[in-house]
Amino acid sequence: MSLIKVRNLEKVYQNDSVATSALAGVSFDIKDGEFVAIMGPSGSGKSTLLHVLGFIDDYTGGEYRFDGKTVFDYSKDDIAHVRNQKMGFIFQAFNLLARTSVLDNVKLPLVYSNVPPEKWDEMARAAIESVGLGHRLHHQPSQLSGGEQQRVAIARAIVNNPNVIFADEPTGNLDSRSGGQVMEVIQRLHDEGHTIVLITHETYTAEYAERILRLKDGRVESDVLVEERRRAADHFVK
Amino acid sequence: MTLNYLLKTALIGLKTNKSRAILTILGITIGITAIITVMSLGKGAQNLILGQVQGIGAKVIAIAPGRQPEGMTDFASVFTDSLRAKDLTALERKENVPHLSRIMPVVFGSDTAVYDNNIYRPTIFGVSSMFADIYDAYPSEGVIFSDEEVKSYADTVVIGAKLKDKLFGESQALGQKIKIKGKSFKVIGILPKKGAGSFINFDDAAIIPYTTAQQYIFGIKYFHRLAAEADTEANVDQTVADIKTTLRASHNITDPTKDDFFVETQADAMKTVGTITNVLTLFLAAIAAISLLVGGVGIMNIMLVSVTERTREIGLRKAIGATDANILTQFLLESVILTCLGGILGITFGAAISLLASVVLTKVLNQTWGFTVPLTAVLLGLGVSAFIGLVFGLYPARQASRKSPIEALRYE
Repeated sequence: MSLIKVRNLEKVYQNDSVATSALAGVSFDIKDGEFVAIMGPSGSGKSTLLHVLGFIDDYTGGEYRFDGKTVFDYSKDDIAHVRNQKMGFIFQAFNLLARTSVLDNVKLPLVYSNVPPEKWDEMARAAIESVGLGHRLHHQPSQLSGGEQQRVAIARAIVNNPNVIFADEPTGNLDSRSGGQVMEVIQRLHDEGHTIVLITHETYTAEYAERILRLKDGRVESDVLVEERRRAADHFVK
Repeated sequence: MTLNYLLKTALIGLKTNKSRAILTILGITIGITAIITVMSLGKGAQNLILGQVQGIGAKVIAIAPGRQPEGMTDFASVFTDSLRAKDLTALERKENVPHLSRIMPVVFGSDTAVYDNNIYRPTIFGVSSMFADIYDAYPSEGVIFSDEEVKSYADTVVIGAKLKDKLFGESQALGQKIKIKGKSFKVIGILPKKGAGSFINFDDAAIIPYTTAQQYIFGIKYFHRLAAEADTEANVDQTVADIKTTLRASHNITDPTKDDFFVETQADAMKTVGTITNVLTLFLAAIAAISLLVGGVGIMNIMLVSVTERTREIGLRKAIGATDANILTQFLLESVILTCLGGILGITFGAAISLLASVVLTKVLNQTWGFTVPLTAVLLGLGVSAFIGLVFGLYPARQASRKSPIEALRYE
């Protein structure tokens, strides 16, 4: 079944008297366990789409169902809960809390969950181990490289074991080597069964996904399967 | 969310801007310091005065003419001449007031005293020989006049330390004659110095038989006060009642509301002193509290800045599942921790200042000034700090909690 179901989705930003259309009728489905890259030039509406998909923003027309429900089916607190339990977010700017250890940064989603506090440590450690930063538990973000910081952000995104991970230009601020390491982790998460929605403007990065959805001027320009997927492992062999 | 985690987060937030946090809480610290100091010194002063009132003795009963003034326009009634010699005689009868152990008339006023070329204006007390026992004021040199001297309108005087100093300086006073209102008095006793800190002190006084004072100094036939004492503390209330009954009979009064005298015990006096000092202390503390308001505005200002600075953090927290209430609690707790820290510092400083003041005052007044930080002041200080944190933190915290995650994440 489709985890994400988008039909004629529209988003119009109303600013004083000027209406700007960011999404002008977008339709697609994403199945559970899929790895989809959403591409497009800047202004194509890809970030807006990710925010709508992630329940961070609402929409003005059409319909979007996540796991069968729309954002309007929930109260404000329930939306926060859905974001916490079923979605993980990775941002271009990492958005780690400064002066807070790697461990505490990764614990953050657990703090807002129903997970009992005595389990936080164990879960956060496991997530950090899985992105290969087990030796960095007590470091602060400022002591880490950009690639490491993004991997901490990934650990934070997966610590609650969400249904889907939304990644917004996760390699945008990284050099190619760190970017490759980050994509390797994301690809592995997909192999382990996570649904991944990746926003990027680089074809190179998009080719790690199974499927590429191209947006242009708020509409879907193309929606194709990747014939020759890039494997992060190969990247390192080369 | 656990409290533990919230505290940790708040402390990280505060540590991030250590010097700013310290400056922010300065207003609260100063306010609480002022309140604690005022309340502590107020308590010290109260204890000192109460201690001295207590020193008069629990058995002492004061009878004054007139009645308690009922308002500002009622002062005339205080100055009456209702206490006369026949009242004294009536009260001295055992069958009237069985538990009265002693009673002494008091008249007082002010007039010039002259010795050689030295002139001074002492307070003149006309009393009986019981004076020393009742006020615990025994002459350090010489004696006090006897009952016979009182009866015979003797012209003998016991003088306070300051009066002795003013008239005689270092020279011998005992046996000398001084002139009070033109009449010659022989100095038969000198009282030791008590100091300005004492509630009652006779340093400035010329003490003469009340008979002489009535006749020659003031030219009156009535008493300003009757100082009485019950035989035991337990009999004070009964004695007060007996005194009232006797005086009403003597004055032909049937309606107690028309009493032309009033009777006050040490307990009454202590209650009055307590009330007055409490009111004064609270009044001063309330003025000090205004600075807390200013401090509160400072807190609000800084919290608003902090909320704006941390817009991205708020956005992130919301994106990964924080509810509005979570964010509100986080920022509210931060401001409460700030103000409570300020409060704790203020309590510490206030206590330190009071301790210092008590040491200095003890030296200056030559009286033991007890150092007390009332528990109520500490609790009040903490409570007010926390309350200010809540009140002035609420608006910034609401601003934070209302931020939409999308706006917050976009914020640069």
